[in-house]
Amino acid sequence: MSADTNEVLSRRGFLAISAATLGGVMLAPGVRLIEIAAARAPEQPVSRKVRWGLLIDTNKCAPGCDDCVKACATENGLKNTGHPRTDAQWIRKVELKDMRTGRTNSVPVMCQHCEEPPCVDVCPTGASFKRADGIVLVDRHICIGCRYCMMACPYKARSIVFQSISDQNPDVPRGNGCAEGCTLCVHRVDRDQQPACVEACTKAGHNAMIFGDLNDPHSEIAQRVAKYASTQIRADLQLNPGVRYQGL
Amino acid sequence: MADSLIYRELGGPSRRFWSLLALLAVPLALGAVAYFYMEHYGHIVTGMDNQIVWGMPHVFAVFLVVAATGALNIAMAASVFGKPVYRPVAPLSALVSLALLVGGLALLMLDLGRSDRMIVAITQLNPASLFARRVIFYDGYMVSVGVYLWFLLERRMNRYIRPAAIVAFLWQLLLITSTGLEFGFNFRAAYDSVLYAPMFIAFAAAYGTAVLVLILFAVCSWEERPVAEALLRRFKNLLGIAVGASLFFAVLFLSSKYELARSRDVARFLLFDGGVYTALLWLGQLVIGCIVPLALLVRSQFSRSALAAACALVVLGGLAQMYVTLIGGQAYPQILFPGMVETSSFFDGEIHPYTPSLVEVLLGLGGMALAAAIIAVALRALALLPTRLEVPAEPQA
Ligand code: SF4
Ligand code: SF4
Repeated sequence: MSADTNEVLSRRGFLAISAATLGGVMLAPGVRLIEIAAARAPEQPVSRKVRWGLLIDTNKCAPGCDDCVKACATENGLKNTGHPRTDAQWIRKVELKDMRTGRTNSVPVMCQHCEEPPCVDVCPTGASFKRADGIVLVDRHICIGCRYCMMACPYKARSIVFQSISDQNPDVPRGNGCAEGCTLCVHRVDRDQQPACVEACTKAGHNAMIFGDLNDPHSEIAQRVAKYASTQIRADLQLNPGVRYQGL
Repeated sequence: MADSLIYRELGGPSRRFWSLLALLAVPLALGAVAYFYMEHYGHIVTGMDNQIVWGMPHVFAVFLVVAATGALNIAMAASVFGKPVYRPVAPLSALVSLALLVGGLALLMLDLGRSDRMIVAITQLNPASLFARRVIFYDGYMVSVGVYLWFLLERRMNRYIRPAAIVAFLWQLLLITSTGLEFGFNFRAAYDSVLYAPMFIAFAAAYGTAVLVLILFAVCSWEERPVAEALLRRFKNLLGIAVGASLFFAVLFLSSKYELARSRDVARFLLFDGGVYTALLWLGQLVIGCIVPLALLVRSQFSRSALAAACALVVLGGLAQMYVTLIGGQAYPQILFPGMVETSSFFDGEIHPYTPSLVEVLLGLGGMALAAAIIAVALRALALLPTRLEVPAEPQA
């Protein structure tokens, strides 16, 4: 990820806005979160110019490797309770086999951080919201657990928490009965770090995932998508996901 | 209001009425226990998981909401379309509609993952969301039907019945169309068809009329209230048309899914290899819910028991249809990569299993019992039905 000064500053701005968001929820019930999120931080304008995204090179993604999945679970405190059907999965490895050619692929799939997110469109309370920088999140304070977002998401990106949880990661609040999904490790991004999955993939030497600002022409991700063919999952739905795949 | 019609509350000794309420209190109490159990332990005690996220409570809830909108048709026929023969049952039609809607909405609320935050749903309404629009439709519908019912009952307001009915009719149209489109605009393979809008209008007419007639029969068996055969024949015809339309749209929908290459697999799943969903579709929705009732209804000889049986079958078929639509639609995997075989730890590419748990069924039945209890209490407290449903009221009351 390229980290020029502007990006760092705007990330700080988002951090301030996250705090303002929480304050706003508590101070002014009835005010919709999404409006606050779109407002400006006291000291810093929010840059809608940033669009965080991921580029996944499926040629480099090793079949059977689930380092990203494990890193996500550790980072976000997702525990294996032995009930895979009800355990939350924010990222999963999908193994693919082309029915006609027999070609196989292995791809990590997580919330695609759609530009036109159906989960946000249907959410009755505004708990599902898109940050100015394109990260789609759930506000655990106002999610009522209606699961409408899960019905609407074409990528199966969301999970619901089925029972009370203990030992949470303080950076990643989760709650019984609330919907959740990949946050692009927003708490790390706001600290100028990479999402845990990307870090793990790089550490393992696969380098299959790149994180960065799709709108910054100098960023590696923007240059890569400008140069090589990349696809979006179910591009026919025209949701313009921020997660792109190469080699599919 | 025509003087020839004397509207009267449900009669009978109060002990008998209290026993009826006590009977209804059993499913209500069980529903309440189920709710608190779910609320305490979380949705882990249901059969739902991260793939089947709407379970049995939604089957009952959506059935009730759909039947609620259809139950108003009779009142609308009387007050909007000037069919005086239905005037005697117009107040009952409005009441049944409201009660079913309350039962359905209560279920939707109680099945929330965070039902303790119900108030958030109201105060933090996201006006841009489809769902929020539906909350507005629910409110608008309830208020307009409430006003309409009040005008029916209040002699001084009788002259405003028609405008009130027209407003209620518009809300009814909005509510049922949006319910259908909620499925129609969903990306899942089993949904994603605008045919859901007209299909749900037909379903609503069938389920709503069936419930209304069953309640009318229940009142008649509670006490002597003669019902003109002419009225029942009308009900029979209306129900026949609604069931016929339901069948027509269901066949059109399924065959259009099958004809289009991109949705053929899901049609094949529902029609042939879906196991319980296939069985419920053919046997429940189509045979029990449409074909047998139609056979009972088209017989030229009129019989009350045949009409009552047809109504009961339509309700059962309706529940089966909701199960197929809601659960079957979720059980079929969401396709992320068309043309590829998908496997993952998150069950991509697999048919998702679902077994409703007892708590879910009890909660759902509780919602049904709530609607029934509201109808019983309102009929006892308010003069909603004439003593004799024989004399047609004056034209366009
Ligand atoms: S992938 Fe799903 S959860 Fe993520 S933004 Fe898109 S619709 Fe929402
Ligand atoms: S489950 Fe929560 S985030 Fe999802 S639509 Fe409902 S309120 Fe919004």
